[in-house]
Amino acid sequence: MSNITDSIYKMRFLDETADKRTPVHDLHPLSKLLVTIAYVTVVVSYGKYDVSKLLPLVFYPVVILFSAEIPLLPLLKRTLAVMPLVIGIGVFNPVFDRETIAVIFGLPISGGWISFISLLLKCVLTVLSALLLVATTGMERISFALRMLFVPRIFVMQLMLTYRFISVLLEEAANIWNSYTLRAPRQKGISHQVWGPLLGQMLMRTYDRAQRVYQAMVLRGFNGEYNTGSAKQLLLKDFLYLASWVAFFAAARHYNIPLFIGSILTGVGK
Amino acid sequence: MSHHIIDFNELYYTYPDGKPAVNGVSCRIRHGESVGIVGANGAGKSTLLMLLVGILLPTKGEIRVSEIPVTKKTLPVIRQRIGLAFQNPDDQLFMTTVYDDVAFGPRNYRLTEPEVEKRVMRALETVGIEHLKDRAPYKLSGGEKRAAAIAAVLSMDPDILVIDEPTAALDPKSRRRLLNLLKGFTHTKLIATHDLDLVLEICDRTIVIKEGRIASDNSPLKTLADAALMEQCGLEIPLTLQNCPVCGSPPRR
Repeated sequence: MSNITDSIYKMRFLDETADKRTPVHDLHPLSKLLVTIAYVTVVVSYGKYDVSKLLPLVFYPVVILFSAEIPLLPLLKRTLAVMPLVIGIGVFNPVFDRETIAVIFGLPISGGWISFISLLLKCVLTVLSALLLVATTGMERISFALRMLFVPRIFVMQLMLTYRFISVLLEEAANIWNSYTLRAPRQKGISHQVWGPLLGQMLMRTYDRAQRVYQAMVLRGFNGEYNTGSAKQLLLKDFLYLASWVAFFAAARHYNIPLFIGSILTGVGK
Repeated sequence: MSHHIIDFNELYYTYPDGKPAVNGVSCRIRHGESVGIVGANGAGKSTLLMLLVGILLPTKGEIRVSEIPVTKKTLPVIRQRIGLAFQNPDDQLFMTTVYDDVAFGPRNYRLTEPEVEKRVMRALETVGIEHLKDRAPYKLSGGEKRAAAIAAVLSMDPDILVIDEPTAALDPKSRRRLLNLLKGFTHTKLIATHDLDLVLEICDRTIVIKEGRIASDNSPLKTLADAALMEQCGLEIPLTLQNCPVCGSPPRR
């Protein structure tokens, strides 16, 4: 079965998009990281019924998606991967919170539904922005930016190596899976009797493999600092990028932009 | 280039599970020599290479590289002088592009970015894969991966090249290309391999390892043509030294 092998290739999608050359890719990783942090902070700061206020913030991922030429579908798929978790958390909101707080087209909408939708929206927006950061910057450069923010070396290393370890784990899993299915052609899935040994095998193998990768790194002078060579200078455009997005997020947080636009339109209508 | 001598002095290594892998190896590798290390599976070839670069530290005995003993303290210096290319290039290539991977070593030694670029491009040109520099390593073919792994080692400008199984899993053409490449290197070379024809072609000395000991240390032609020795050590006379399978006539040398 090629599922795992497929996902190895798909996993590299983010790495590959990170190597594109677009104006967004060319920005300093630090300014992109700070914008993302600001964005996530603003998104999660809204109250649970504030769906309409959240809407202007959709603007940010849309702009980045288009200007960085990142294909939408693969990114959305990855965002959806975390949805079950959030649905699990929010699914009881409509059950417990039945108070009607809005009526749309004569249909009463309970607070539970609104808060559920706002939770989903927040999840999509935050995950999407994080994925966009990886897809426009790349893990190596993000870790470089984190080091600039004085995040301790050990945490940055942990993050980097975990990210790299996923592909090692997947490759070993693919090898084990392929060799199992080739010798058990009539089975669907893997018999529960061998789950234990198989998992153990996978752990040992990935451990050994990770050990060898680490040795190869150490032999080439690796001493705990991940040198990506991207010692770029912060330029004016990086500051402008940061400042304009932060200003936009602050405006969106402070003013109810949809209401504002709505009042202008209705004002004009009158 | 200064003179590089590797001394193995009464070297012993036992794995933590109690399995002895190297049992008293002593020899001297001289500057500019090209040495083939051969032996059956599990004879201790790879362990010996791991000991040389300090991934493993000997249970007894010592290794000296240009008079510097291999100890935990000296490892950074030793590793800058010795470049080890792994048996499986997949273990060695972990960055997202070939360029970054080859640059990994020089960057760790804090070279400036223009100097890194110079070294990377030179290494890539040497192995003939400069056109692959922006490709992802996992998408390369076996031969290309091997070349990239060697370039990654060359970019560190080592004095001594240590290569574990360079021709394993290569097709004949890639193998030939690699052989020509290795022939062109003036470094001191240590090549652990089962490819005895490779040893015959590019090495000027052969060390046969058997059960963690040196069974023979001689010129490749003398060693590899010794049928009794080969048989004893789980090896076989290389194809190029065997009689013609069609007419039975002996090889021309």
